[in-house]
This record gives sequence, structure tokens and C-alpha cells, in this order.
Amino acid sequence: MSEAVDLRGLTKDFGDLRAVDGLDLRVHRGEMFALVGPDGAGKTTCMRLICGAMLPTDGEAFVEGVGVTEDPERVKRMVGYMSQRFSLYGELSVAENLRFFSDLRGVKSKERLQRAGELLSMTRLQEFTARRAEQLSGGMKQKLALACTLIHVPRVLLLDEPTTGVDPVSRREFWRILHNLKKNDVTILVSTPYMDEAERCDRVGFVHHGKLIDVGTPDELLDGLAGGVLRVYTPRAFAAQKVLGGIAGVESVQMFGDRLHLLCGDPGTVRTAAVSALENAGHGDFKIETAAPTLEDVFVSLTSHQG
Amino acid sequence: MSHSPAIKVDRLNKRFGDFVAVDDVSFEVPRGRIVGFLGPNGAGKSTTIRMLCGILPPTSGSATVRGVDVVKNPEGVKQQLGYMSQKFSLYEDLTVVQNINFYAGVYRLEREMLVARREWVIELAGLSGKEHMLAGNLSVGVRQRLALGCALIHQPPILLLDEPTSGVDPTSRRSFWDLIHSVAQEGHTVLVTTHYMDEAEYCDSLVLINRGRIVAEGTPEELKGSSARGKIVEIRCRRSWEAADLLENRPGVKDVALFGAGLHVVVDNGGPGEEEIRRMLEGFDVTRIASVKASLEDVFVALTRGEDG
Repeated sequence: MSEAVDLRGLTKDFGDLRAVDGLDLRVHRGEMFALVGPDGAGKTTCMRLICGAMLPTDGEAFVEGVGVTEDPERVKRMVGYMSQRFSLYGELSVAENLRFFSDLRGVKSKERLQRAGELLSMTRLQEFTARRAEQLSGGMKQKLALACTLIHVPRVLLLDEPTTGVDPVSRREFWRILHNLKKNDVTILVSTPYMDEAERCDRVGFVHHGKLIDVGTPDELLDGLAGGVLRVYTPRAFAAQKVLGGIAGVESVQMFGDRLHLLCGDPGTVRTAAVSALENAGHGDFKIETAAPTLEDVFVSLTSHQG
Repeated sequence: MSHSPAIKVDRLNKRFGDFVAVDDVSFEVPRGRIVGFLGPNGAGKSTTIRMLCGILPPTSGSATVRGVDVVKNPEGVKQQLGYMSQKFSLYEDLTVVQNINFYAGVYRLEREMLVARREWVIELAGLSGKEHMLAGNLSVGVRQRLALGCALIHQPPILLLDEPTSGVDPTSRRSFWDLIHSVAQEGHTVLVTTHYMDEAEYCDSLVLINRGRIVAEGTPEELKGSSARGKIVEIRCRRSWEAADLLENRPGVKDVALFGAGLHVVVDNGGPGEEEIRRMLEGFDVTRIASVKASLEDVFVALTRGEDG
């Protein structure tokens, strides 16, 4: 059986800029796959190439075995793409937006009513069908955009930062909906700046400068992190940050209120060096402990090594 | 006046027709502090900030910024404030220098002042040698730094940041927060809204608003300690989402939420204990089950549940 998404040497140039650079990636059917990477790494371009919104300069994207450049229309029927920007018509109501997208996608009127009903109930928007899209809250807008993306029952869902600017409660609800979709064997490729969201996907791919630089399950990526994390508690966190940043082997120092989070190659050596550096700088009242790394540490480590 | 708060909001109200966007809100921001202003979409954060900027008159109540009244003297308030939002701050079709000049013009900087401040902004944003690039061609992280510099061009004592890091990648968010901390270290007061609960942890104190009303205030530690809603049990297991479905609606379970790759289960006093939950999840390969302190996200969710969105 072919993969849900299969990218082979996918490349896209915009003038002198190579936005996607020979990308190879396979997403299995029914998988939930997170695409993460710095801003401008090529995630959005990659999604737009998969859904046929633009053509690659080189290479090919296959969706369930069908090449996007060979048969873009067939691919479009299989794919639902939710872009980063608000993709709804603000002056149309919830129901009208759904109607518009079903017409656009050629959904037959009999199916449309049933499908729209299911999607409204899934997104808990039934009570708001007459409300204009521009008057919905941020979380509701995203749910409506998702419903419109799903109207033609796509097999592969491409979601470009669907929860950016959405509050934590709405974000949780959005992910519960995705979870239910996954049960129906929908393949989901989602980009996100939230590492806690990436962590709940089956696999995560790191994109940097248009290339896939690492891929694996969240646990595999954490295991692959060279080094570890130290947590330093000190009442003078701001001053300590400067001291600790100068120690050899410290990759990054991040301040969280009264504590500092140190990502370092060799936590044992750095710990000894940190104790004497802090004492020399007159910090008496501090505590250092080792901590479990998170996917965000992996992200910071991968992107800082690659420059 | 020197010890008065940087911002003092007193029983502020704003109505749009029948809709009460801000409902009797009072809070203070002490000088030199970083205060996080949190709440769901549509809770009234941006409306409050727009009133503080003197661009939206309140329906009733008052607000002062360094003692300057936002209703009586909206122009005076603008000199006290720098404002930046993720949505709009820079003209993408203007160059770096043109954007800085534009802000300098808005705040009527003297010519001698302009040259020095322009240098300062360029250095802050790390844009030496790139002064003539279009703002639209900068990476998002650099654009944020430039926008922050422009907001500070007239050296305002107070900085209002409305979702400054929305959609920004983790590395750029970290370096942006380093910048906020150094700005605060120089004596600026910062009021910042964010949907990232890890960023809320960076703040000295927090104000949480829901449906136009303040629902909690305190330091991040105080807010996490005050969640007396029940016990939180953290679980790591396989197929955590199925586990969430299974635990939901069990007696004594108030809430189940995905938390990173694991679950946070809110259990009533007298609800199922850890061993009981472990038995319910037989076959899910539970690798960790433990009572944990509430995270800020748990607190946020507990205090804002019941939204329509």
C-alpha cells in the first residue's frame, strides 16, 4: 500500500531563494505527523506543494500514490488544506461558509446536508450556524475553518499552524477533534510552533532551511538529544543568566521567573563549572538540579547547531 | 508620584451596545515589573489595552498611566506608552530605516534625537548592515525585535505588548523574551498578553481575565498553588488519547486533558486514587502516574472553562 504522503526530492525555488531543498519524507496512512521548524524553514511551502496549490521546481509529492504534478485534480480531491491565514468569508454565516466550501469542492447537495450536520456537531458549532464568521471567537473560527476543510471527506489533512493565536482551552478542544478524526483513519500532517502539540503526534519532523534534519517519534527525538538539561534556582536569575551563558558547553540559557533552564552538552562538567562560576560571581543562594529534556530542548539544540 | 503604580485601572467598563466587553475591571501594574495579562480569545484583553492606550474611551471607570488619566489626557498617555502587537506593527513594504523614521515621526522625535535612537533600534534588532532591507523580507524573529525597537523609539516608561510572539518559533520566542527581560531590567514596565502558558511563567505576576472580569491575580507560583479544584494526576502511557476517552465521565473524574504527550486528570477529593486509575488503564502500559502540582495551563483551563468557543 502506498504511503499517505510521500515526498521525493521535493524542491521549490522562489527566484534565488530555495524554500524547500530536496525534501524526502514519508507519512504513513492514519498517522498524525507534526512538522516543526523555525519561521521561514519551508513548512508552509511544503504543504502548499503537497496540496497542489503550487508546482515544485524539482522532485515530486505523492498523495496516496498519486503524483501532484501528474494529476493535481485527483490529489486535490484527496487532500484538505487549512492555511495559516483566516481562510473564511467573514461576512458569510457559519452555514453559508460551509455551503460555499461544499459547492467549491463539488459535494452533492444530498451529502452536503448530512456532512455539514456531522461537522457542526463535531465542532459544537450547531448553535452558531447563523452567526457571521467574523463575529466568532478565535477558537470558533479555527473550528469552522477545519469543518470547511473537511467538507469533502479528505483522506489527508494538511493543517498549517491551526492553533496559532488560540487560547489554551480552545486549543485543547481543537486537538480532541483531531484525535477523533484520527480514529477514522484520516492522515494528519500538522505544523505547529507549540512543542507540547508536537509531542502528542505519532512522529515529528524537524525542517530547517528547507531540509528535513531529523525525524522520529517524540521519544526517539528526546533520546537522540546530545546532552542534557540543568535547572538552576536563584533569586538573581537575570544576573546569573549572563554568568552561566559564558560557561563552555552551555548551548542555551533560558530564564523562567526565578529559575534558569540550561541546555548543555555534558551536564556533569557544566554543573561543576556552573557552581564555581556562580560562587565566584557572588551568587550564594542557588540550587542546581538535573531535569528531563523536552521537545523544545531538542528544537533549540537542532536549530542552534544548524546555524 | 514616584511610588505610584505604572498603571492603575479602577472599575473600568466598556460596553459595545448590549455586549459588556470589560466589566468592572481593576488592577495595578507596579513600576519596573513584567505583568502577564491572560485570558481566552474575546475575554476583553485587547479592549482593555486599547483603553489604556487612550484610543478607546471607557464607558465608565478610570485608568491612569504613570498618573496620567487616559480619558482626560489621551495624548499625554501616548507619550508614556510603547505599543506592539503581533498582528500589526511594521509596514512590510517599507525598509528598516523607513519604518523607524515613521515611528519617530509619529512620536515627534527631534532630529538630533532621531539619529541616536535610530542607531539604538538598529542595534537592538541586530540589523546593522541591513538598514535598507524591506521589513517584509526579514525573518519573523528579527521583525519582532525591530517592532519592539520601534515601540521603544520615544523611550516610553511603559511597554504594552499584545500577543507579541503569536506564531513565532520556540527559539525566536526565547530570544524575544530575553529582550523583554533586559528592557525590564533597564526600568521599563511591561504589560504583556500571551496564549503561551510557558511565557506566562516568565512574568513577575499575572492578571487573568474571563468574559470581561478579572478571575485571578498573583504570581505564577501563587496561581498554581491556589488551584483548589481537586487533585491533578499526571499519566504517561501508550495511546494516551484513548486513555483520555476511557477516563472521561468516570465518577470522581472532573476533567481529562492532553498535556504534552501525557494526560492531566483532575480528580475530586474522594475520587479514584492513583492505583485505581492504574487498574482502569490496564493494557495502556502506564509508565508514570503521580500527583503533580497544577501547571499554569491547568489553572487557566479551570478558571475559564465554560466558554462557547
